[in-house]
Amino acid sequence: MLEIRNLHARIASTGTEIIRGLNLTVKAGEVAAIMGPNGSGKSTLSYVLAGRDDYEVTEGDILYNGHSVLEMDPAERAAAGIFLAFQYPMEIPGVATMEFLKVALNAQRKARGEEPLKVPDFLKRVKEAAASLEMDIAMLKRPLNVGFSGGEKKRAEILQMKLLAPSLCVLDETDSGLDIDALKIVADGVNALRAPDRAFLVITHYQRLLEHIVPDTVHVLYRGQVIKSGDKTLAHELEANGYAGIIEEAA
Amino acid sequence: MNMHATPQRTQAETALVEAFAARLSELPGDGAVMVKRDDAIEAIKDGLPTRRVEAWHYTDLRRLLTSVPDHDPTANPKPLVPVIEGSEVLSLLNGVVRGKAPALDGVTFQNLSDKLTDGSFAQALDPLDADDAIGFLNTAFVSDGWFVDIAPGAKIEAPIELQNLQAGGQTHVRLPVRVGAGARATIVERQAGSGAALASSVSNLSVGDGADVVWLIVQEQPETATHLAQFNAELGKDSRLTLFVMNAGGKLVRQEIRVKVAGAGADFQLRGVNLLAGDGHTDVTMVLDHAAANTGSRELVRNVVTGKARGVFQGRINVHQLAQKTDAKMACNTLLLSDDAEFSTKPELEIFADDVQCGHGATVTEIDRSHLFYLMARGIDEKTARGLLVKAFVASVIEELDNEALVDALEAKLDTWFAEHG
Repeated sequence: MLEIRNLHARIASTGTEIIRGLNLTVKAGEVAAIMGPNGSGKSTLSYVLAGRDDYEVTEGDILYNGHSVLEMDPAERAAAGIFLAFQYPMEIPGVATMEFLKVALNAQRKARGEEPLKVPDFLKRVKEAAASLEMDIAMLKRPLNVGFSGGEKKRAEILQMKLLAPSLCVLDETDSGLDIDALKIVADGVNALRAPDRAFLVITHYQRLLEHIVPDTVHVLYRGQVIKSGDKTLAHELEANGYAGIIEEAA
Repeated sequence: MNMHATPQRTQAETALVEAFAARLSELPGDGAVMVKRDDAIEAIKDGLPTRRVEAWHYTDLRRLLTSVPDHDPTANPKPLVPVIEGSEVLSLLNGVVRGKAPALDGVTFQNLSDKLTDGSFAQALDPLDADDAIGFLNTAFVSDGWFVDIAPGAKIEAPIELQNLQAGGQTHVRLPVRVGAGARATIVERQAGSGAALASSVSNLSVGDGADVVWLIVQEQPETATHLAQFNAELGKDSRLTLFVMNAGGKLVRQEIRVKVAGAGADFQLRGVNLLAGDGHTDVTMVLDHAAANTGSRELVRNVVTGKARGVFQGRINVHQLAQKTDAKMACNTLLLSDDAEFSTKPELEIFADDVQCGHGATVTEIDRSHLFYLMARGIDEKTARGLLVKAFVASVIEELDNEALVDALEAKLDTWFAEHG
């Protein structure tokens, strides 16, 4: 589903290279964890996948279902089924959450040649998704993410993911700012979405999240490259020994 | 303006003087009114204000007023569907009253052309000060208008929409409105048209003691028109005026707002939305006087500027010595959508009372790129995403209006503007 080939990317404004020859393949149905120390390029990778124009790809390619996404803007990538759950979801005053959800859902439906959802159907879907994440529907009457706690913002991201039903889900540090109860709810939400035709890229600093979202593969990112790949036992190894050993081993 | 007399008249000044000579015989008015007209054209002969006149510093009228078309008696604008459904519409087409006034309990309507000849109106044509260029222009040429008198205690549910429409040429109208003590009304001042007109319009509102008035100015002139307008109001004791101004058109626009909070306990609210596109110049200049104790005011102006448009907001609050316990706050926030867009803000406070709370603030921002990315990352295309963010920026001003039909109507105007210019 996702194939990243020798990817190089830099910060557009400063020219600083962050991703330096990254290779990664994620198959449909797979949950791939990306782990790495701070500054290894984890969040940059998530932004580059989603198409944020603060970053420039200078070399290599990102193939999604066999096609390069580099020429697609973030909206086109989203409509094609790539979803980024943000580490720090934006607060946008003046944009009502419900209105935003409706516009986003219908924009994606339109891009796929589907009819817009009727209001009662839309509301039904939102209510069901909110209930499964134990979210108070009253929250959704507020402006987008404004005044939400850290945990509420993360739940709202998963709610959006549920509604938009993407095929490639990129979760950027979804565990940060969550207490253990919220973490379980969010992880259950993600696990419920696991499907043979959907892949996940779970970006995290800690092993904690991976106890709840058990990955098929684990990849260690360091200085903009994948330096080691393995199965879920690699995450346990990292938890026990830290990143230092693997970094030395790769060097 | 005499202070800045200039030896050589501009083309526009010459055209105005010639137009006056040509039209004089057909303009309505008794002797006293004609004397006011004559004084007014004399002031224009001395020269339109330039940037050296403080009140016109950001809008050099002498330089910017380049086209003065002749009055076109054949211009025939078509009445518009009112902004708010169910409004009573009164039309001014090509500068004259057209159609009959509706019968409305508690409201008397009169043609201004009648008032100009009945000996009761000359005093109302006095200039506000020596730099009152809009007053001079309007007094010299005013041809008609609606005089609206709302009886004390009358509660007028249906909005009254005063439509001033042009289809080219020159139009000059006045809208005097008197709202009696304890009365309540919503008035829409609709300024629109289809031609490269020179339009002037002066509204004079008197709000009686305890009265509650909502007044909306919706200006949607075409990109070729010059629109020079003035809104003057005086507020009685414990009265309330909410003024909403939306500018969404015009090549050269100046909207002056002069409000005197004259009665103790009165409250004035200004909400402004300026949507500026193309290469137009739009100036909103407010002078607000707090002249009595325990009065309040809030002014919130939001501007969205794109293309090569330029905008100006000058806001001056004078707190008189008597006006203790005044509570006045003014804010002007601008969203620039293009590199060539420009906005100038000049807030001023002049305070002679010692026990007051006054403040002002101004910001200029661009669309937040991270907000744009967030919306696009959910599949919303760039244009729609920018539209949502622009709407979010101005919608809070509109949503405060607390009238669903009104909010819907203004948001629809916002959508229309953004679909064209976003």
